[in-house]
Amino acid sequence: MNATHEKLREEFDAYVAEDKKIEPKDWMPDGYRKTLIRQISQHAHSEVVGMLPESNWITRAPSLQRKAILLAKVQDEAGHGLYLYSAAETLGVDRADLIADLLSGKARYSSIFNYPTLTWADMGAIGWLVDGAAIMNQVPLCRCSYGPYARAMTRVCREESFHQRQGYSIMMELMKGTEDQKAMAQDSLNRWWWPSLMMFGPSDKHSTHSSQNMKWNIKRFSNDELRQRMVDMTVPQAELIGLKIPDSDLKWNNETGHYDFGEIDWEEFNNVLSGNGPCNKERLEARNKAHDDGAWVREAASAYAEKKSKK
Amino acid sequence: MNNSQLKSALLRLGDDALILGQRLAEWCGHAPALEEDIALTNISLDLIGQTQSYLSLAGSLFEDGVKTDDELTFLRTDREFQNLLLVEQPNGNFGDTIVRQFLFDKFALLRAEHLAQQTFNSEAAAIAAKAVKEIRYHADHSSKWVIRLGDGTTESHDRVQKSLDDLWKFTGEMFISDEIDRAGVESGFLPNLDDLKKKWDEEIDNVLGEATLTRPEDCFMQTGGRTGIHTEQLSFMLAEMQVLPRTYPGTSW
Repeated sequence: MNATHEKLREEFDAYVAEDKKIEPKDWMPDGYRKTLIRQISQHAHSEVVGMLPESNWITRAPSLQRKAILLAKVQDEAGHGLYLYSAAETLGVDRADLIADLLSGKARYSSIFNYPTLTWADMGAIGWLVDGAAIMNQVPLCRCSYGPYARAMTRVCREESFHQRQGYSIMMELMKGTEDQKAMAQDSLNRWWWPSLMMFGPSDKHSTHSSQNMKWNIKRFSNDELRQRMVDMTVPQAELIGLKIPDSDLKWNNETGHYDFGEIDWEEFNNVLSGNGPCNKERLEARNKAHDDGAWVREAASAYAEKKSKK
Repeated sequence: MNNSQLKSALLRLGDDALILGQRLAEWCGHAPALEEDIALTNISLDLIGQTQSYLSLAGSLFEDGVKTDDELTFLRTDREFQNLLLVEQPNGNFGDTIVRQFLFDKFALLRAEHLAQQTFNSEAAAIAAKAVKEIRYHADHSSKWVIRLGDGTTESHDRVQKSLDDLWKFTGEMFISDEIDRAGVESGFLPNLDDLKKKWDEEIDNVLGEATLTRPEDCFMQTGGRTGIHTEQLSFMLAEMQVLPRTYPGTSW
């Protein structure tokens, strides 16, 4: 038994090392399955909770075109949630159970959505920075070893890049506007910059899941590598439209060919992660309320479907 | 039908779509299931698209200079909006939203089908032709939910029957003709609302029958939307919707 397991494990590792795709019916180690379920469902939850800070501004979008774009974007996020839950289900879990874990607070979602959206400019900052960071994290996942996840991510990334552009376009428009609009954009960058960098997770020295996930081709680059890329990509974009990155340590380093930047406030990072962010409670309450208020609707739909199948 | 009457007719079309689209957008992130978040947002998006088209066309007919769809959306007061009272009613529970949608979709579809075929104004016909395809899907979605909720559980049946009873008083307004409607019918632009009501009645009755719901007795019907006399709900909605353009006049976003 153990010998067989060992052999399967060796074959699996060799297969993955060759950059081949694992499909739902293939043998896989329990740890691999668990890691993927955790990661894919967290990602799905993040899409769903991530709808809340943005839907907060749909009804106040300042033009019909912006309203339409934001509606389309948030709709995309619901769609991402759906196909990520489906990808997770290929690993033998049930969407209803995954959602129950989200609602009870057992499962995590991206901490970034525990920050409030206080002005219209936050729609710009979220698209530009939060979706920008998400793309940075997700593009490598299009080559992840698990087939259904990789394929879902290919589609997600395509849409995310549109989201990022619309976010930057909001910022650009504000920076072309009045002093009030420019101040609104700068204030938003000041609030979202550091939380966006936190999206890449703990620094490499403290990251617990990294090395095994790298071997399994679930992760391709370390948290710090991706964070550096984000900084390198974003600083020139900010400068181009006249925004100032809120980091006094930020400067170009000729030797490394990268920007040096200041230290993240890890205390804030840990606080938001452990539930003390400005909106942790509100986000979960909103999801729970939607779920509870919708219970009679879901029950009716099941009852009706059952009646029809009997006829 | 003169220019001013055509403008009013287009404003009514645009305002119905705008106000209902805005209401549906409030659901985003709060629906009973992810699939419904997508559906309601999608319907809202279609309606905002129709708004842009109808209001832009209406805006081109102002005698004192062209008005943009955004100006008409963000800078008119509640007395200037001409939408039906039905579409401004609060979302309530999911059943209330679905019934509001169902009653409107069936009306909007018949109206758009006429508009798509009329030859009085070709630009409006093109807008309506696109809208017909969208509203067909909306009507299918809302009808199916009325049936599911009506014929689902006892609880859902009772809830959705109450939604229907509560909203019924706003249905009469859809079929009242004033001079704009009469001029529209005469020129072929607008459908005859008496004929439209017969078809609407038939389609509503079919769906309600399948849903095992009881059609409410015709009660006293609330009116006023077409002349800018709204329910208390609209002004709050406009305050929210218009906050940025009114706080920062003359800005672009």
